[in-house]
Amino acid sequence: MNPSFTQELASIVGQQYILTDRESLAVYGYDSTPEIESLPGAVLLPGSTDEVVRIMKLCHEAGVTVTPRGSGTNLSGGSLSAGGVVVQTSRLNRLLEIDEENLTATVEPGLITSTLHREVESRGLFYPPDPGSMNISTMGGNVAENSGGLRGLKYGVTADYVMGLETVLADGDMLRTGGKVVKDVAGYSLNPLLVSSEGTLGFFTGITVKLIPKPQGKITMLAHFPVLQDAALAVSAIIAAKVIPATLEFLDKVTIKCVEDYAHVGLPLDVDAVLLIEVDGHPVVIAEEAAAVAEICKKHRSSFFQTAQTAAEALKLTEARRTALSALARLKPTTILEDATVPRSCIAAMLKVIQDSAQKYNVVIGTFGHAGDGNLHPTCLTDERDHDEIKRAHAAFEEIFDAAIAMGGTITGEHGVGLAKKKYLPKLVGETGIRVMRGIKQAFDPKGILNPGKIF
Amino acid sequence: MDYVKLINCMRCGMCLPACPTYKETFLETASPRGRVALIRKLQEGELDQSERLLEFLSLCLDCQACASACPCGVNAGELVAEFTCEKKSADGLGFMEDLILRKLVPHPDRLETSMVPMRLYQNSGLQKLVRTLGVLKMFPKPLERMEGLLPSLPSRSLRQEISEVTPAVGTERGTVGFFLGCVMSLIFSDASRATIKLLSVLGYKVITPRNQVCCGAPNMLGGDLEGLKEAARTNIDIFGGYMVDFIVTDCGGCGAELKKYGHHIEEEAASEFSTKVRDISQVLALHIEELQAKLKPLHQKVTYHDPCHIAHCQGIRKEPRDLLKLVPGLEYKELDTADACCGSAGTYNIAKPEMSDKILHRKLDTVRASGAEILVTSNPGCLLQLKKGLADQLPHVKLMHLTEILAQSMEN
Ligand SMILES: Cc1cc2nc3c(=O)[nH]c(=O)nc-3n(C[C@H](O)[C@H](O)[C@H](O)COP(=O)(O)OP(=O)(O)OC[C@H]3O[C@@H](n4cnc5c(N)ncnc54)[C@H](O)[C@@H]3O)c2cc1C
Ligand code: SF4
Ligand code: SF4
Repeated sequence: MNPSFTQELASIVGQQYILTDRESLAVYGYDSTPEIESLPGAVLLPGSTDEVVRIMKLCHEAGVTVTPRGSGTNLSGGSLSAGGVVVQTSRLNRLLEIDEENLTATVEPGLITSTLHREVESRGLFYPPDPGSMNISTMGGNVAENSGGLRGLKYGVTADYVMGLETVLADGDMLRTGGKVVKDVAGYSLNPLLVSSEGTLGFFTGITVKLIPKPQGKITMLAHFPVLQDAALAVSAIIAAKVIPATLEFLDKVTIKCVEDYAHVGLPLDVDAVLLIEVDGHPVVIAEEAAAVAEICKKHRSSFFQTAQTAAEALKLTEARRTALSALARLKPTTILEDATVPRSCIAAMLKVIQDSAQKYNVVIGTFGHAGDGNLHPTCLTDERDHDEIKRAHAAFEEIFDAAIAMGGTITGEHGVGLAKKKYLPKLVGETGIRVMRGIKQAFDPKGILNPGKIF
Repeated sequence: MDYVKLINCMRCGMCLPACPTYKETFLETASPRGRVALIRKLQEGELDQSERLLEFLSLCLDCQACASACPCGVNAGELVAEFTCEKKSADGLGFMEDLILRKLVPHPDRLETSMVPMRLYQNSGLQKLVRTLGVLKMFPKPLERMEGLLPSLPSRSLRQEISEVTPAVGTERGTVGFFLGCVMSLIFSDASRATIKLLSVLGYKVITPRNQVCCGAPNMLGGDLEGLKEAARTNIDIFGGYMVDFIVTDCGGCGAELKKYGHHIEEEAASEFSTKVRDISQVLALHIEELQAKLKPLHQKVTYHDPCHIAHCQGIRKEPRDLLKLVPGLEYKELDTADACCGSAGTYNIAKPEMSDKILHRKLDTVRASGAEILVTSNPGCLLQLKKGLADQLPHVKLMHLTEILAQSMEN
């Protein structure tokens, strides 16, 4: 990157907060996405919204691209830049306000998700979205990817909680959308458009989210299933019985083994699948729901059903589940995971497709995920040095995607398109979909400087 | 270095919030994920061994909090240490390193003699003078810090004083070999005395071989793998000469190193030695009921700091807490992020004073918030670092080794 330009950037953030050395750039060339790397030209760590505005203005004028970055844990290559400026939000990490009268929290984008959880829960409030990565993911990243989590089934995803956004546009202008009002029909709904925009429409500097009262109680359960399909059928049966657990997570045999190897929480190693189920709410209601869940699991040939006896035990189980993806990487150096999502009723059929594709292409796939949301993460355990196997893995996933689309599902439920899923998007949304999206991008960012090359 | 260990990192970032240097800087280069990537890119030839790269790596404390946090089994701290060790050994030992690691550390007598001037310096009142006049300000920074870190030394090292065999009190239940860490023996001899006492009260005959040598951890740190192996062989031989049930240590750092002898030396005697090694808390926790009967009330608030070498390197977290909770009247408060490094990390507090201080201050803030009157830990490095920190900021908080507080409760 041109030294006189980086000097101008440095004059905005301060010499200490601009990185242009080879070593630093090299480690900002990746995020959690396998197989993709790309070197940025400079990395900036601004300390205020005003600095973000000035960075945008300067880059806009010079035609230099800007890629926002939180903690770099996304799984679609969204935070990578090819030669442009990466702007990391880590220093913009204040929790600005918890408004107990309006039940909202306003945060800066670099705030870590679980920090917000801790703060609001200490006041008897609740911010449900809890991605597996919540101890390191940022609120800005969550909004930009519309992240889901373990509590999605009952409580929805990030988009369901975003009420207001303060967004710096590509030219440095500030756009304010929504706020603390619960109803708002003035003009187009821009919030939902900005949520899941993957850094391509604007740079969030302020985020106001909805809070709800913290559920009074919860019961955490683990059901063992000797046969994989039975677990999947139990998922559909639970939902059909009008019980909506907060959490309804699925782990297959390969995943169970890896998680147990790391976390030592006593997961069974001799079954094909487990369901981690959590019901929360009023103590009387959850006792009934837990009983109903136990009954359904038994009916679906669950071999063992265990209920966590203490809060600590429950936490251990859910924390262990959060490590599933990384734990799978214990077995092989490279893990390629997918995020195909189908209507809930199709979970059993989807699992079958995954099994068949793994067999057909002779690859090892471990599957876990938010079964209750119809969102599974088949994860191929492979080795990037084995080109033939990598090819077969991609072929298997292509088949899985096709099946998901055919079932009325989608290619990604929560990880975003970024660079990784770009080539599959037209299959899903068609030419018209792409044309509309391009039009929106054009309206927000005619010069195309914000996180270019992502999504389409 | 094994390339597979490097590509095993899948870059999930789960280790980032555990890393003390990432928490201070938010820089990828100062994170476990970044450090593994730097070494990997170096091996792949994408980066060269630049000053800057080495500087980035040298900011790692080797606290291994990242290893505890990594679901994928990667140990970034150890990889950095391994890399540094390999590099230093390829570069060859410098004059000072050779002097210290080869000529001083392996010889307890020489090591102890080298401390004589320091003891003299403290006892003669010279230290007071130096401190009041600030003479050390004229010396290089590291020396000034070293001086500040050193607590008052006991008049003789424990190794010279303790008898080789301490008989069991009452019926003998077994025999343990006591591995006396250099710093424990030289500086925190009261704690090690308490350790021996607890063991003998519980019915163990305690053998403390006088000719045992340093565990070798400083050699590893200095890139002297051969020196480490030599130390290991000597200790294996010495302890092999006794019939012991366990080899016990009250130094977290030594314990972690001794447990790795079997990994460094592929011989049966080495792995046999390593499998016998126990941290003192592990042995004490075997006798909870007997201890409980012997402990008398202490009416104070206590908290516990997990030494990295005990929690992250040896996976011991429960035993020290269980033991503290045994003392009647003692109110136990859990420290927030109790297993976060205190910034001591071998010689890190001297080599990287600025970062070390930041990390120390974070630790002191949690101690303050806990409201504890006694801070307990069980590693000499932590004791040194925290002693200085408490003296500066929380002088009312007393610092004790785990065995000291247990022994005190027994005496009351
Ligand atoms: C182990 C693991 C488990 C995971 N579990 C889940 C899960 O359960 N559910 C789930 O949905 N995801 C999950 N993820 C994916 C990932 O954690 C989420 O996508 C998360 O929201 C990314 O946050 P981040 O701070 O790391 O953002 P980054 O990866 O840094 O960035 C993500 C995207 O957001 C954009 N962005 C970041 N900040 C801003 C901003 N201020 N303004 C505009 N755009 C911005 C970036 O440009 C990029 O496109 C998981 C990832 C890992 C590694
Ligand atoms: S070291 Fe482990 S936890 Fe950290 S990024 Fe790599 S795989 Fe993830
Ligand atoms: S050893 Fe400690 S300082 Fe080094 S990378 Fe791991 S957590 Fe960070």
